Amino acid sequence: MSIAHQFEYVKPRTLREAVRILARYGTGARALAGGTDLIGLISDGVVAPQAVVDIKGIPGLDRIEFKGGVLSIGALVTFSDLRNSPIIARRFPVIREMTGWLASVGIRNRATLVGNLCSAVPCCDSGAVLLVYDAVVQVAGPAGKRRVSLHDWFVGPRKTVLKRGEIATGVAVPLPKPKHGACFVKLRRYEGEDLAQASVTVLALAGNGYRISFGAVAPRPIAGERIEALLEGEPLSDDLIQKAVRLVPEEIAPITDIRATKEYRAHMVGAMLERGLRAAVARLAGAGPAYGTSLI
Amino acid sequence: MTKRITLKLNRETRSVEVEPNDILLDVLRDKLGVKSPKIGCERGDCGACTVLLDGKSVRTCLILAIEADGQEITTVEGLSQAGLTPVQQSFLEHGSFQCGFCAPGVVLSATELLGRNPHPSEAEVKEALAGNLCRCTGYKPIIDAVLAVSRKPGRRI
Repeated sequence: MSIAHQFEYVKPRTLREAVRILARYGTGARALAGGTDLIGLISDGVVAPQAVVDIKGIPGLDRIEFKGGVLSIGALVTFSDLRNSPIIARRFPVIREMTGWLASVGIRNRATLVGNLCSAVPCCDSGAVLLVYDAVVQVAGPAGKRRVSLHDWFVGPRKTVLKRGEIATGVAVPLPKPKHGACFVKLRRYEGEDLAQASVTVLALAGNGYRISFGAVAPRPIAGERIEALLEGEPLSDDLIQKAVRLVPEEIAPITDIRATKEYRAHMVGAMLERGLRAAVARLAGAGPAYGTSLI
Repeated sequence: MTKRITLKLNRETRSVEVEPNDILLDVLRDKLGVKSPKIGCERGDCGACTVLLDGKSVRTCLILAIEADGQEITTVEGLSQAGLTPVQQSFLEHGSFQCGFCAPGVVLSATELLGRNPHPSEAEVKEALAGNLCRCTGYKPIIDAVLAVSRKPGRRI
């Protein structure tokens, strides 16, 4: 038994070689890292590449580094690597919080965060979390290297700005300079592995700054810019939270699918935003629920 | 484009011809004769095809055989070469399985967990096994069995 579709398999040893091969095949080639998304898509006949370019032989892409206030996550870093990383636990506990509710250990051992960004599904948990940090995707291609803000990265369901011959080599996540606390709230049908019905990420910065993002309630993970503007400079209060919740319908565009109705999603995002705001602000003050505590 | 790959399967070096579009699960079962990884959902959701690849639990239905070239694979056939391991023994004592279809995957996921974290909490056991679906037991005897091993001091996993 094998996949019905036939393709070539190449495993380049350098980034330059990978880019050259990808450019040669153009849209007929797909980069393979963990494969937890791609192999299923090829098996289902959704994508039919001429060539699969396995990037696991390229050195240096498996690193998690924190230098000069910026976290770098290479294209081969898996969700298990992130979950077990002391750097992530210490500096970016909300990324660790996200990894605990993402798929199963068997998938996390293989699936990469950068691959998750490249899959660009609307319910992408990592994309939603990294939006609040203004993360930047690092891209290598035939024309050299470029950096793409995550705010510009997602085009629509399963579509990114990655061009023919290009490869995402990593993502850079700047640590906010002010003291901060964060919270990732994920709505699922049951405990255990499930895709998000909706997700809300809140980053609360000292001095009453707020960054908000939503997952699974729009064609791509989105930032909550109107709510951020409303909250900016204001200390959190019950009244302010209610105003923020009332803005939710203007920020999101949920659909009804197998996992939830659009009405349920919209209602729950309001409740999740309230809990996320309270938890992030409490964590900023050194209190609040421990990271990894489910709030919904 | 056939390619010969070599891997270490249950401590034995094995070599096999594969096509780029051969799935690792199928090669293990049909070409290498290891039948404990099961064909379940074939999309990474059920965990029945779990093996340890270089010590980590993975879904072999989502891996090309050619990707495993040069790597080390352990299945329950390999675990049990010197008799049942403590976690297998505990599953037996707790009557953890009925039909047994999920058992190889559960055994490997539990083995990975206990190797990394010999004394997990109940929440950690549930997290480690969340990707192994069991349609018979409701999970309680499975979780109880893993917790029982973790509570026995000084026992090797």
